[in-house]
Amino acid sequence: MRTLAIALLAALIAAPAAAQEKPITLKKGAGLDKVEANCGACHSLDYIQMNSPFLNAAQWDASVTKMIKVFGAPISEADARAIGDYLKANYGAEHVTENR
Amino acid sequence: MISRRNLLGTAGAGLALAGSGLALPRLLGGEAEAQPLSLSKALPQGVRDSATLEALPGKKPLIKLAYRPPNYESPVEYLRTGITPNDQFFVRYHLADIPEVDAKTWKLSIGGDGANGQTALSLDELKALPAAEVTAVCQCSGNRRGLFQPHVPGVEWGYGAMGCARWKGARLKDVLDKAGLKKEAVEIVFNGSDGPAVDKTPDFVKSIPVWKAIDESTLVAYEMNGQPLPHWNGFPARIVVPGWTGTYWMKHVVSIDAVTAPYDGFWMKSAYRIPVGKFPVVARFITQETAANTPITECVVNSLITSHADGAPVRAGTRVAVAGIAWDGGYGIRTVEVSTDGGKTFAEATLGPDAGKYAFRTWSYSFIPQRGRTKVTARATNVIGQSQTAALILNPAGYHHNVMHSVTLVAA
Repeated sequence: MRTLAIALLAALIAAPAAAQEKPITLKKGAGLDKVEANCGACHSLDYIQMNSPFLNAAQWDASVTKMIKVFGAPISEADARAIGDYLKANYGAEHVTENR
Repeated sequence: MISRRNLLGTAGAGLALAGSGLALPRLLGGEAEAQPLSLSKALPQGVRDSATLEALPGKKPLIKLAYRPPNYESPVEYLRTGITPNDQFFVRYHLADIPEVDAKTWKLSIGGDGANGQTALSLDELKALPAAEVTAVCQCSGNRRGLFQPHVPGVEWGYGAMGCARWKGARLKDVLDKAGLKKEAVEIVFNGSDGPAVDKTPDFVKSIPVWKAIDESTLVAYEMNGQPLPHWNGFPARIVVPGWTGTYWMKHVVSIDAVTAPYDGFWMKSAYRIPVGKFPVVARFITQETAANTPITECVVNSLITSHADGAPVRAGTRVAVAGIAWDGGYGIRTVEVSTDGGKTFAEATLGPDAGKYAFRTWSYSFIPQRGRTKVTARATNVIGQSQTAALILNPAGYHHNVMHSVTLVAA
């Protein structure tokens, strides 16, 4: 915790050049907490909105797998499943078809 | 491990800060409110819903596609001039840990197994080398990716992930001479001071072939349009590879290594690759080629109508000047032609001043629109006879979009 406080202070000192990141509100749904905690650790959540709604279920699964296997995201198997299900249900291509 | 900068962006960090009683006006309060935007209908709906017009510190408002890593593009109206002002220049990062570099302590290390020795330069020492200047377009490989049909995942850029600036710096070959280049060297590898949010994410490291590195126009630039590089564009120094896409233009560069074997990091081996034989590019990167794909190299010939937005109103029967820019991979623009009949016939536009073969070339074309809707299409051809494509050339990562740009003018 002390390390965290020091890290945050260090970040504050360097703040002027940092991007002004505003909170991104994703659609409410099962698994959103896992998305915010895991995906949001490395990138802002607008990356999800931006890549929607054109990825199908297999493509969203591939994206989650890429984040873990290629980019080294430390995400548990259970969380990865929950994230994939959330993305497919809320930001997937099928989602659009269902609502037409 | 999560690095310190990225904690700022997470919800958890926000809560921790609130608990610690520290105020964060710039970051969490937000100086400028997000403004609504009207973007091309060809972009994914998710981008059109989430993109905002927002100003990074030191920048005019740009189209924010993603906060972290920051990816902001220039609205088309910022691209009406041959030179893109620094505060209107697009911003593109792959990794979220972006340090603010102190010019006084910054060092550029030069070495590698393809060099005779290892050395380092301070910013003053870099500036003491003979200075060279080039006006060149820096364009993201994935500029216009958002317009791909079908859409491909990635940063869903519209038209503005590019700009043209006057870059001043030392020639990369002079910098390499400081360490001495062995004849066995095949590639020059660049790393910048930005890093990933988690340790296991591959660091953003790029290489170019030696032949391109020792080209007299390839620079280690420390000035952009007569000013120090903006933080968001690579302060205090970045690599400038005229004609080649922005992926090689390493920002905040801290190391330059000559290597005797092809560099095999993720960002070379797996990313930024195009299918072999699909695009009419001349410049090859042979040490990195496979039978299936090859690194992206030079930009394909392209043009953009900047004077009018799609659907812009004009006066019927009154002469209207349509204008824009054209560019290519460093051969130079020979002609820009404009069609006002849906692409059936083309007439030559008037070219603006020539700022060199790597620069935006401005152009204009005037005609008298009839009442109703007129589709205006621009097509650039370069000095070696390459023209823009009418049909999108599909590729998995969405690179090299140079389909002819059209806008519809509505005359009343």
